Amino acid sequence: MAFWIASSPHNHQKNETSSLMRLVVYATIPGIFAQWYFFGWGNLIHISLAVAAAIIAEFTVLALRNKKITPQLFDGSAILTAVLLGISLPALAPWWISVIGSLFAIALVKQLYGGLGHNPFNPAMAAYVMLLISFPLQMTQWQPPLSLLAMDIQLSDTLAVIFSGYTPQGYSVEQIRTHIDGFTMATPLDTVKTNMTLGLTVVESMQAPTIGKHFGVGWEWINAGFLLGGLFLLGKEAIPWSTPVSFLLSLFICSFIAFMISPDSNASTMFHWFTGATMLGAFFIITDPVSGATSVKGRLVFGALAGLLVFLIRKFGGYPDAVAFAVLLCNMAAPLIDQYTRPRTYGHDLEVKK
Amino acid sequence: MESVIERIERGSFWQFHGGIHPPEQKFLTCTKPIASAQIPEQLIIPIRQHIGQAGNLVVKVGDKVLKGQILSACDSPMSVPIHAPTSGTITAIQSMAIPHPSGLSEACIILTPDGEDTWKQRHICPDFHLLSKIQIIEKIANAGISGMGGAGFPTQVKVSTLAKIDYLIINAAECEPYITADDLLLQEHSPTILDGIKIIDHLLSPKNILIGIEENKTEATDALKKATADIDHIKICVIPTKYPSGGEKQLIKILTGQEVPSGVLPSSLGMVMQNVATCFAIADAVINDTPLIKRVVTISGQALEKPQNVWALIGTPVGFLTRQCGYNNSKNRHLIMGGPMMGFSLPHDQIPVIKTTNCILAPSEIEIASPFSSTSSKEVECIRCGQCADVCPAQLLPQELQWSAKAKDQAQLAKLNLFDCIECGACAYVCPSQIPLVHYYRVAKAEIRQQKLLDIKAEKAKVRFEARKQRLEREKVARAEKHKKAAEARKARMNTDTSAAKSEKSAVADALARVKAKKAQASIKQNTAENDSEDATTTTTTTSAAESSNTSTVDITVESVAAVDDGKSQVANAIARAKAKKLAQKNQAQIDSLDTLQNNESPSSLTSSQAAPVVIDRKAKVAVAVAKAKEKKRQASAANSPSSQVDIIDTATKALKPNAVNLDSVSDDKATQAIDKKAKVAAAMVKAKAQAKMKASLGTETSFNNLEKSTTNLESNIDLGATSECDVPAQVKNVEAAKTKKTQGEPQTVSNIDTKNLDRKTKIAAAIAKAKAKKLAASSDKSPTSE
Repeated sequence: MAFWIASSPHNHQKNETSSLMRLVVYATIPGIFAQWYFFGWGNLIHISLAVAAAIIAEFTVLALRNKKITPQLFDGSAILTAVLLGISLPALAPWWISVIGSLFAIALVKQLYGGLGHNPFNPAMAAYVMLLISFPLQMTQWQPPLSLLAMDIQLSDTLAVIFSGYTPQGYSVEQIRTHIDGFTMATPLDTVKTNMTLGLTVVESMQAPTIGKHFGVGWEWINAGFLLGGLFLLGKEAIPWSTPVSFLLSLFICSFIAFMISPDSNASTMFHWFTGATMLGAFFIITDPVSGATSVKGRLVFGALAGLLVFLIRKFGGYPDAVAFAVLLCNMAAPLIDQYTRPRTYGHDLEVKK
Repeated sequence: MESVIERIERGSFWQFHGGIHPPEQKFLTCTKPIASAQIPEQLIIPIRQHIGQAGNLVVKVGDKVLKGQILSACDSPMSVPIHAPTSGTITAIQSMAIPHPSGLSEACIILTPDGEDTWKQRHICPDFHLLSKIQIIEKIANAGISGMGGAGFPTQVKVSTLAKIDYLIINAAECEPYITADDLLLQEHSPTILDGIKIIDHLLSPKNILIGIEENKTEATDALKKATADIDHIKICVIPTKYPSGGEKQLIKILTGQEVPSGVLPSSLGMVMQNVATCFAIADAVINDTPLIKRVVTISGQALEKPQNVWALIGTPVGFLTRQCGYNNSKNRHLIMGGPMMGFSLPHDQIPVIKTTNCILAPSEIEIASPFSSTSSKEVECIRCGQCADVCPAQLLPQELQWSAKAKDQAQLAKLNLFDCIECGACAYVCPSQIPLVHYYRVAKAEIRQQKLLDIKAEKAKVRFEARKQRLEREKVARAEKHKKAAEARKARMNTDTSAAKSEKSAVADALARVKAKKAQASIKQNTAENDSEDATTTTTTTSAAESSNTSTVDITVESVAAVDDGKSQVANAIARAKAKKLAQKNQAQIDSLDTLQNNESPSSLTSSQAAPVVIDRKAKVAVAVAKAKEKKRQASAANSPSSQVDIIDTATKALKPNAVNLDSVSDDKATQAIDKKAKVAAAMVKAKAQAKMKASLGTETSFNNLEKSTTNLESNIDLGATSECDVPAQVKNVEAAKTKKTQGEPQTVSNIDTKNLDRKTKIAAAIAKAKAKKLAASSDKSPTSE
């Protein structure tokens, strides 16, 4: 009579990586809903395209690497990457943008480094940066909120634009983006940045139709949606609190200081918080455990660094938004941060008490 | 320090880092009373049940022992005695599987109870204050008490510490899920435990006594509070439930806010911690003179019909206890000794309960899935989520440790403080990738320990080697020094003008002269010896190169011929004799060795495989035999003694192999007649030649005598008579060769020349002999019928 032998501990809280990933995907729903509500079907189409491409890429590479396909294919990490990429793409970008981005993210950024757990960079953000640098035109054609469009865009129109470049009526992306008054509309961040170069103050920029009453038509709600999702994840303890808190705080402090120094040339703190990809970045991007720091102290440093970089790039950089670049730079710094933020082990380096 | 007590009185505690809240599952057993002990059919008592050395056995197989009788004596402080849990007979002392994660076997005493449970003589001591501290410690040591919380540290070491103790901490936290043994013990035996605490208090006189108990044990807390109500310096600290708050270091942190520095005992901080069960055992030992022979064990798990706490005798097989709780384990599901977090699975259910066993867990599939079931989760890659680092009570970085462990990076593991890991399992419990982190650490720890042992060994070997090198060097120097000194002394002596110096000088000169003379002599001798050795070498070369069947015969003949030639010179004669002797000895040796080979050789292979050296050697032997026969014949013809000839041939034929038996008891001539006409002719020729030779060799009887000696030596090796006939022509040739040589001039050179000529001739002769042997063998196969 021999029993099977196992190493302790024998019980487990039955948490799995895949369920964690699923939870994060669910948490993006409020943000995606806001995106759909204000910007139409574009991002949903890109998300589906990206997910399909990601699964194909994951399957192919896993097969080539002779890995067990089923458990890894459905561990949710590839799907999450694709969803995050799809969210961050311009709604009316051509279909191949999301496909190329997704393939790049999975095959090169993730699997070539050894698959889940071994990638030094956040796959979604690395793909986004690659696309932004390689296809600057397509990647900067941001669609204005539906309410500001001169024409009504339905699902079929969006599909046609994404797959052929023109609506069934024959309008191009550029034409769709044009305001009734004849100027091309951009994102709030882009607007502020462009106006700054034109010599306008921030307050004057805030009059732009894309910004609306608060911090940008639609964008504020999208950010609110991701904030909601992020709080849900925090409540579920699926993501550590330290990174988003330190990121948002760092961004807040930086923009606050700048705003105090020169309110005319600097946007308000809340503008920074609720436009662009701030909330998506805070709760869904920089919390990626694989490419981030591991200890609490390390995460605080990591988040603070990301916040600082986002502010600096937004303020001084060549691109209007900065989350992707900031995240990649922080990914590079993560091992170093880990190295210098190791916690003190129990019973070691005790300072003399009493 | 006062602030610590104040804080405790306020009810606020420190926190250790991390910790988890696994399902407690204590409800299964915490309300049922402890079942009394039952005696199993057999008790398996491991001799070593604690940290430290095993005691020396004081019983032997067949001894009858009484309950509580000592079974092993201890001599060092780190060894702890064991006692008979009940009365009975020791049936065996053997190596058995002990409760150990590795399933290790160690020496165990097998006790077969007699069922009477007869106690040994006990001395009850109702008031321990009457005893001296030494006596109390002695009682504790003799009762075999070691820490009952899990580690099994000898208690007498802990209670006899000389350090000044500020805090005596009683560990009643029992943080591990399922286990309620301490809880139940507190509920039922608080007064006894308090007695134990008082005894330790008496021994150590700490300033404060803190009893750490988790808040989920309300009944036990109440019982404790009731028992300690009137004692001022005992503080009951109800701490938040969190795993692993029962760890020694963690509990110290919770209660006092201090951390035990890595690698030292808490006593260095003025703290001593005791488990409640140990306190109970101390009270029992000091007051009731009862050694540690039973303990409370939680038998829990949803696979059991009636999970409960039981008093179990030390040595009770766990299977007996689980059956007592209604578990037949028909599916051979695994059993865990200890809790689900730190316990280890057992290889079978005959593992005994020992002093540190607090729980036996028989989980259902829902509680703890079998690793073979489809629902059980599998390990995947680490995603660096860091949850493990968040829960680690030692504030380690489990994920980094895991990478270094997988990479076997021992330097990095040491840097990450692997050995501060208490293996509580919290990291593996929370890991979303299901990585068995603790397992990796255990393996890494074992590897590092192994490596350390190897390093120590290597270091020792190096030191030894260096020492040896130095010693050799020293000796060399010393020797050189000695020689130098001696030489100098000699020189100095010689240079003095004393007579002694002169005599020494002359002595040296004498010695030199002697050496020279010896050398000259040796060179002379060498000349003669060279001849000898040349002969010897030619013999060997002819033997090997010519593959001759009759080499030895040839040599003998050569020698004899040489002897004949030298007939006139007595000196030459003597040399020849010596040579013959040498050769005979040589042949003897050769043949002896061949003999053994021959025994293994089957007769039939003789004809078929001529190339085989064995066959050839046999032929050589045969040839020797023939030569002997011929010589005899010659001798006979000279001395007219045919009877002796027949005798010899008889002996020769007697040695024949079965397939040549037909030649038995037939005279040499007859045999040859029957076998081959040619052989007959050859024999006749030989006879004629031999006669001719005899005439020439008259008066060379001495050489014949020598030959006689050699042939008698060879007699026993005589083989196939039939085959021997084939060598006759070769013999003839040899004789002829000898004759030609005879005509040549100087006797001294004859042997040399002979060998040269013979070399060629023997080869030819050998070839002929071979051919003949084939034929003869073929005919001798037929001969039995023709006979």
